[in-house]
Amino acid sequence: MNMTKKKTIFTAAVLLVLFAACVIVDLTLPSYHIAVTVIKKATVYALVAVSMNLLNGFTGLFSLGQAGFMLLGAYSYSVLTIPDGKKATVYQYFENGGLPFSFTDIFGGIFGEQVGTIVGMLIALLIGGLLAALFAFLIGLPVLRLKSDYLAIATLGFAEILKAFFQWNGLGPITNGSNLLKSYPTFNKATPYVIIAGLMIALIVLLINSTYGRAFKAIRDDEVAAEAMGINLARHKRMSFIISSFFAGIGGGMMAMYMGTIAAAPFKSALTYEILLIVVIGGIGSITGSVLASFLYIFSSEWLLRGLDSGTFLGINAPAVFKNGFRMAVFSVIIMVIVLFFRKGIMGDKELPNLLDKRPKSRKKKEAAGK
Amino acid sequence: MQELFPYLLNGISVGGQYALIAIGYTMVYGILRLINFAHGDVFMVAGLVMVYTTTALPLYISIPLVLAATVVLGFTIERVAYKPLRTAPRMSVMISAIGVSYLIQNLAFYITGGVPQPVTKPIPFISNTVSIMGASTKMVTLVTPVLTIALVIVLVYLINHTKTGMAMRAVSKDFETAQLMGIKINSVISVTFIIGSFLAAVGAMLYFTNYPSVAITSGGMPGLKAFVAAVFGGIGSIPGAVVGAFIIGLCEEVIKGLGYTTFSDAFTFALLIVVLCVKPTGLFGEKVTDKV
Repeated sequence: MNMTKKKTIFTAAVLLVLFAACVIVDLTLPSYHIAVTVIKKATVYALVAVSMNLLNGFTGLFSLGQAGFMLLGAYSYSVLTIPDGKKATVYQYFENGGLPFSFTDIFGGIFGEQVGTIVGMLIALLIGGLLAALFAFLIGLPVLRLKSDYLAIATLGFAEILKAFFQWNGLGPITNGSNLLKSYPTFNKATPYVIIAGLMIALIVLLINSTYGRAFKAIRDDEVAAEAMGINLARHKRMSFIISSFFAGIGGGMMAMYMGTIAAAPFKSALTYEILLIVVIGGIGSITGSVLASFLYIFSSEWLLRGLDSGTFLGINAPAVFKNGFRMAVFSVIIMVIVLFFRKGIMGDKELPNLLDKRPKSRKKKEAAGK
Repeated sequence: MQELFPYLLNGISVGGQYALIAIGYTMVYGILRLINFAHGDVFMVAGLVMVYTTTALPLYISIPLVLAATVVLGFTIERVAYKPLRTAPRMSVMISAIGVSYLIQNLAFYITGGVPQPVTKPIPFISNTVSIMGASTKMVTLVTPVLTIALVIVLVYLINHTKTGMAMRAVSKDFETAQLMGIKINSVISVTFIIGSFLAAVGAMLYFTNYPSVAITSGGMPGLKAFVAAVFGGIGSIPGAVVGAFIIGLCEEVIKGLGYTTFSDAFTFALLIVVLCVKPTGLFGEKVTDKV
C-alpha cells in the first residue's frame, strides 16, 4: 500500500470515528447535556475559525471583520425563519415588524411541517452566507487595496459599523433594533451541526487544494513573486475575502441556531479576537489545527475548567481564588504562552494526513552524521 | 447653534482625551510599525487604578500612583509581549498585542468581578460644575484641551531637542541603521511605551471624570477611536494625531447632538475607511514607497 492511499484511509477512518462518536453522544445523552452543547458550540467555532484561517492563514490577508460577517449571517438566518405566528411577540416594540413571509412557513406548506422547517432553515443559512459574501464584495472594493495592519483595522471598523446599523431603530421593523430576536427554529441535536459544518469545512479543504488554493498560498508567501508568476492579485484576494466571508456568514447563522436568541451586541470585536486566537492556537495555515483548537478551546472553557469559576477545581476548594473570571484569566495566560513561545501552534502548517509522515529528514541526517 | 454648543464643548474635551491616547498609538506605530491593541486596555486599567486609589488614598498620593502604575504596566507589556518577537513577522506581534488586550481584560474581569467600578470620589476641582454661555458642564471640559496642548508642546520639545528624542526620530526612520549607529533600540522603545502609557493615564483620569463608572470594556472603544485619530492625522506624526483626535471628538459629539447617537461610533470607522482609501498617509503623514 502506498503512502497516499494509507493517508486517505487514515483520514477517512479518523473522521468516521469522530462522527460516530458524535452520533452516539446524540443518541445516548439528552440534548441539554453539556457534551452536546460543547459539540454544537465547537463546530460553529470550528467553521468560523477555518473560514478565518482561509483568509489570514492561507491568503495572508490579516482581516478582523469576521464578527461583522457572522452578524450578517446570524441576522439573515433568524429574520428569515421566525414563523409568522410568532412575529407579534418577537417584534413587540415594532408594529407589523418582521418580513411579510417566513421560510419555515413557506417550505412547511410545500414539504410538510417537519421537512419544510429543515429546508427553510438550510436555505436561510445559505442566504445568510450569500449576504455576507455580497457585503464582502462591496467592502472589499476599497478595503482590499490596503496592506496588513491597515486592512485589519479597516475590516474591524467595518464590523463595528454593521453592528451599529443592526442596532439602529430605523431598521427595527426587520432587525428588532437592539432587542433580542428569538422563537426561530433550531436543531436540538448535535449531529446536524457536525454535518453542516463538516460539509462546509470539506468545501474549504477542496478549495485550498485546488489551483485557487495554491494561488492563495503563493500570494501569502510573496506577493510580488506571485504576481510575476501571472497570478491576478486583486482577483484572488477578492475571491478569498468573499469566500471566507461566505463561510463566516454560515457560521454566524449556526451561531444563531446554537444560541437560540440573537442580538447584535455579542458580535463585537472581542468575538473576532477570540476566533483569531483559536486560529493561532491551532496553527496559522492548518485546517486541522483550527478545528482541533476550537474543540479544545470550547471543551476546556465550557466544561473542563468550569470549576475554576465556581469554587472547586481538581478537588481543591478555594472560593476566594476560584471565583468568577478566573477561568478566562488562566486561559488568556495560556494563550499568551502559546503566542510567545509556541508560535506554530498545535499543528503548525500540518494537516491530519501529515501525522503519518516520517520524522523530518534533518534528524536522520544528524543521526547518520553521528555514526 | 445654541443647542449644539454644549456638544461642541464636549467634543473639544473628548477630542483632547482621544489625543492623549492617540499619541501612544502613533509613537509606537512610528517606531515598531505595530498597532498596539493593548493600549486601549492600558487606558482602562489606568481608570480602574484611579477608582481604587482615589477612594482609599489622599489625592497627592493617588494621582502619582495612577501614573506610575500605568507606566509600569506599559513598560512590562513591551518587555514581556513585544520584545521577544522583535525579529518575528509583523503579524505575530499584532497577534501578541491582541492576546495582551484579551489577557488584560480577563484579568480585570477577575479582579473587579465583572462589575463596573463606580467612580465614587472623582478628582475634585476638575469634576466641579461650571456654566459657560448658558451651557452647564464639568470643569474637566475646560481643563482637558489646555492640558493636552501643554503636554503635546512639552512632548514635541522633548522629541526635537533632546538626545532621547533624536534617538527616537532615528529609530522611526530606520530601525536597523539606527542600531548600527549605536542607538540602544530597546531603551528607546521602552521610553516610547513609557511616554505613551503616561499620557494614556492622564487621558484616563480626565476621561473617566465624565463617566459614572469604569467597566472592563471601557477602554476598547476610546482606544480604537484614538487609533483612527492617529491614522487620520497621519500615523507616526504627533501633531497629526492631536489634530485628528480633536476633529473626531468634535464630529462625534455633533452627531450625538443631532440625534444620531447610534451612529457616532460608526461615523468614526466610516471616516477611517474613507481616509485609508483616499489618502492612506493621513493629513500629515509622510509618503513611504515600497521596495521589492
